[in-house]
Amino acid sequence: MSGLLIEGSTGTWEVVVGLEVHAQVTSNAKLFSGASAEFGAEPNSQVSLVDAAMPGMLPVINTVCVDQAVKTGLGLNAAINRTSVFARKNYFYADLPQGYQISQYEKPIVGEGVVLVDLPDGSTKEVGIERLHLEQDAGKSLHDQHPSRSYIDLNRSGVALMEIVSKPDLRSGDEAAAYLTKLRAILRYLGTCDGNMEEGSMRCDANVSVRKAGDPLGTRCEIKNVNSIRFVKQAIEYEARRQVEVIEEGGTIVQETRLFDSRQGVTRSMRSKEHAHDYRYFPDPDLLPLVLTEERIETIKASLPELPDAKKQRFMEAYGLSAYDAGVLVAEQETSGFYEQVVTSSGDAKLAANWVITELFGQLNTAGKPIAESPVSAAALGQMIARIKDGTISGRIAKDVFAEMFATGKDADAIIEEKGLRQVSDTGAIEKIIDDVIAANQDKVAEYKAGKDKLFGFFVGQTMKASQGKANPGMVNEMLKAKLG
Amino acid sequence: MTDLTGLTMAAALDGLAKKDFSSAELTAAYVTAMEKARPLNAYITETPDQALAMAKASDARRAKGESRAMDGLPLGIKDLYCTKGVQTTAGSHILGGFTPTYESTVTQKLWDAGAVMLGKLNLDEFAMGSANITSYYGTVESPWRKAGDNRPLVPGGSSGGSAAAVAAHAAIAATGTDTGGSIRQPASFTGIVGLKPTYGRCSRWGIVAFASSLDQAGPMTRSVTDAAIMMGVMAGYDAKDSTSVDIAVPDYRAALDGSVKGLRVGIPKEYRVDGMPAEIERQWQQGIAWLKEAGMEPVEVSLPHTKHALPTYYIIAPAEASSNLARYDGVRYGLRVEGDSLDKLYENTRAAGFGAEVKRRVLIGTYVLSAGYYDAYYLKAQKIRTLIADDFKKAYQQCDVILTPTSPSAAFALGEKMDDPVAMYMQDVFTVPANLAGIPGLSVPSGLSSDGLPLGLQVLGKAFDEETVLKVGRVIEKAAAFSTKPSFLAGE
Amino acid sequence: MSMDKATVANIARLARIRLNEDELELYAKELSGIMGWIEQLNAVDTGDAEPMSSVVERLLPERADVVTDGGIQEDVLANAPDTAHGYYVVPKVVE
Repeated sequence: MSGLLIEGSTGTWEVVVGLEVHAQVTSNAKLFSGASAEFGAEPNSQVSLVDAAMPGMLPVINTVCVDQAVKTGLGLNAAINRTSVFARKNYFYADLPQGYQISQYEKPIVGEGVVLVDLPDGSTKEVGIERLHLEQDAGKSLHDQHPSRSYIDLNRSGVALMEIVSKPDLRSGDEAAAYLTKLRAILRYLGTCDGNMEEGSMRCDANVSVRKAGDPLGTRCEIKNVNSIRFVKQAIEYEARRQVEVIEEGGTIVQETRLFDSRQGVTRSMRSKEHAHDYRYFPDPDLLPLVLTEERIETIKASLPELPDAKKQRFMEAYGLSAYDAGVLVAEQETSGFYEQVVTSSGDAKLAANWVITELFGQLNTAGKPIAESPVSAAALGQMIARIKDGTISGRIAKDVFAEMFATGKDADAIIEEKGLRQVSDTGAIEKIIDDVIAANQDKVAEYKAGKDKLFGFFVGQTMKASQGKANPGMVNEMLKAKLG
Repeated sequence: MTDLTGLTMAAALDGLAKKDFSSAELTAAYVTAMEKARPLNAYITETPDQALAMAKASDARRAKGESRAMDGLPLGIKDLYCTKGVQTTAGSHILGGFTPTYESTVTQKLWDAGAVMLGKLNLDEFAMGSANITSYYGTVESPWRKAGDNRPLVPGGSSGGSAAAVAAHAAIAATGTDTGGSIRQPASFTGIVGLKPTYGRCSRWGIVAFASSLDQAGPMTRSVTDAAIMMGVMAGYDAKDSTSVDIAVPDYRAALDGSVKGLRVGIPKEYRVDGMPAEIERQWQQGIAWLKEAGMEPVEVSLPHTKHALPTYYIIAPAEASSNLARYDGVRYGLRVEGDSLDKLYENTRAAGFGAEVKRRVLIGTYVLSAGYYDAYYLKAQKIRTLIADDFKKAYQQCDVILTPTSPSAAFALGEKMDDPVAMYMQDVFTVPANLAGIPGLSVPSGLSSDGLPLGLQVLGKAFDEETVLKVGRVIEKAAAFSTKPSFLAGE
Repeated sequence: MSMDKATVANIARLARIRLNEDELELYAKELSGIMGWIEQLNAVDTGDAEPMSSVVERLLPERADVVTDGGIQEDVLANAPDTAHGYYVVPKVVE
């Protein structure tokens, strides 16, 4: 149970959340024009005459954007609609040059689906997908360049977006965050959206309402354009508490659009944008219905990669990993791929998981690097683990070796060689060290023999120290036991 | 030298081929005619220098034996087609100062075929009108006058400038566009030939949009043969227009020579509208008789839903227009009337930039799409449109073409029918069904009214069967032998 | 069907066309007339006819995902009434 329950003065309130995610489709060109969809360029330089809505210009759809939407639909276990229709959403805005956005209204390309969300307490929850449709992005208005003017850049105008609408199945900010995390992972696995929230290639609107348990849905407020997963959680939690407060003070919730102020952590009404919208949707007469053949859908289905849920299951079954470890490793496709390479080169799935999750992630975190920039390659880490397994180094020494690998990029064998870290497993050599330790600590030997068992650890420590950590710990244990009787 | 501006395209191509005259000479004659025709206000923009330069280039091609399908023929272009480097107005103040950096697909095809551009022709604002009285650039006068009456007449619309220029010999031919009859009705009013092709036959790319699902480009010429020649150049698939259709363009001119014997001509019984003048009815009967003489078989067909076509059209066309015209907002091109907020800028610009008829239609279109009315109006109209298109499909199981009058009246005087929008909309009663069904329609001059004004007959065909339409049109043209010229001729 | 001034004012606002009182009056009258005439369609039985958005009976053509356009900032801005530093310029939009 990860639902947020708010204790108000009149009882316990439940939070109901549905998310609308705008995900930029990964493609070279825009949805209906041949201009580049790449992020960041000179203003109005990635704009075709179609994107600028010059008189007489007409849209022609980008085939890859269609494929990407279908692929995403399949990845969300959703129904693919064989016929979908593009409609015009009519409204005036500075960054909407056509005076309408080409979107999909009554007949979206993707229908209902489901996402399995991994909650912080280790449980999972099914969250329904209402629909996914293709639409054009708007341009960008800059309001801070001039005291009385706004500047308009149409580079984003016409870039393909997928609007992915969830059902109101989420019950807290945490669930919303978990849903977004999972959705983002799926999109990134599929390669249909890079999921970059800072650059705006994934944006989120949250519909939030509150109700007493068992009551029908309350009036919702839409929080627009929240640009990080953390903020989505904060915004929902703030908004839910605000609504409870309003209702308990005798007020009513007005259906409205609100903006999240991330500095103050509050949502604010955007009444200026509210002015009686009537979008007058109608099928775009410049386009024909989009009909998908079974063959096309099957081809796309065949190209689907293994998705996080399936991969997690496989990691648990094939590698014997815990659900938690498997979940961590599959969160990003790069991580899971890295891990599997470590498994291959080390030959030990569990050790590989421990080293990737604990040591590698730790070091990457400290260094602030993504896994793609890890100074230690998967093969190198695998080789190092292999050295633990074949007894060349101990697990403890391995930590030092790994730190050195991370710092210098050298491989394990080179470091072991250079620093003489090879584990001593020679009985004679270890026996000599043990004899020296016993000889130097006769008083402790007497105490041990008199029954002070705890001193055994002292002898192990002294022996390891004298061997500079290189003595094989298992052998040290055994031989000490034999000698001390 | 003969009167060069009196030649049809076909005759001029012969003359050019035989070196009787050059394109430079032909074009110079038209440049003079264009100047002389200024009282008609047919042209919004004259491009004589460009015309003469294009003519020279054409002559050079011809000299090298590289002449093309329309090489050296001076055309007028309806000012709804975007022309690179030449101001394009759509007859609206809101496009004031707009000079496209691109060329429409259809005009590009014409230039690629060697044609010469004389200038941009006046039209009803955004092609909305049936009399060419809504242009910001002033009304266009027909070169015709009623017998014994010197009051100026309308040329029809919206391609009124095109019709007036071609009829007055101020262009050898012109492009038009037809959303509800805008090629055929003015052709009928001015005694010329006008062809609205099948929807999807000509690219709409680069033509200022009025109603996207209805707009279609077509030729306006002085003969059916000329229409066939020009159609062959204008037609063709365009990957830039998602509604353009990818099927081969036939040799329309060659198709004219085929026999019509045994073809069935459908006569829709529902087209006898109340109050239709007797002389229109007589023209229609005459047309049927001519086709019969040529060996065609008249059959009565029923188009039961066509009586709903006009009100249906006046929902669909304004709805699409209200959205298509949203881009004229004073931000990226054209007129801007400042305001202290962006919304004020939009409202001021569009109030000043659009004329009364455009505002009327944008308001109607906005209304019929608005929340609570969509199903009652727009969706209903779309369903009736299906029924109208189905009527034609059924009729074409019984016949090959359909014959109707083009317009319920001859040209009327400027100032008539102007206070009642619905009365004006009735002008399109015979032409609108073809746009709703997407089928081709040709207007051919067939005779004179009792006032001595041209009347036209309309030949409707099956989708993508412009060949048969033109062939039947040629039969009417031959039988009618229409040779009366308007009272005003700009040529020599 | 009669359309009142408030309705006309509302659709004029949606269409971003400023109308003064006289125009509201005029359009209310004209639009009432036109819509009254259109109203005749109410009597038409459309049965199970599908709504038609286009007469074209073919599949939606699709374009390859190749960058073939853009890089024409000059053309894009060529006709603009007000520009600065490569941007279109409008009165400040207050969010």
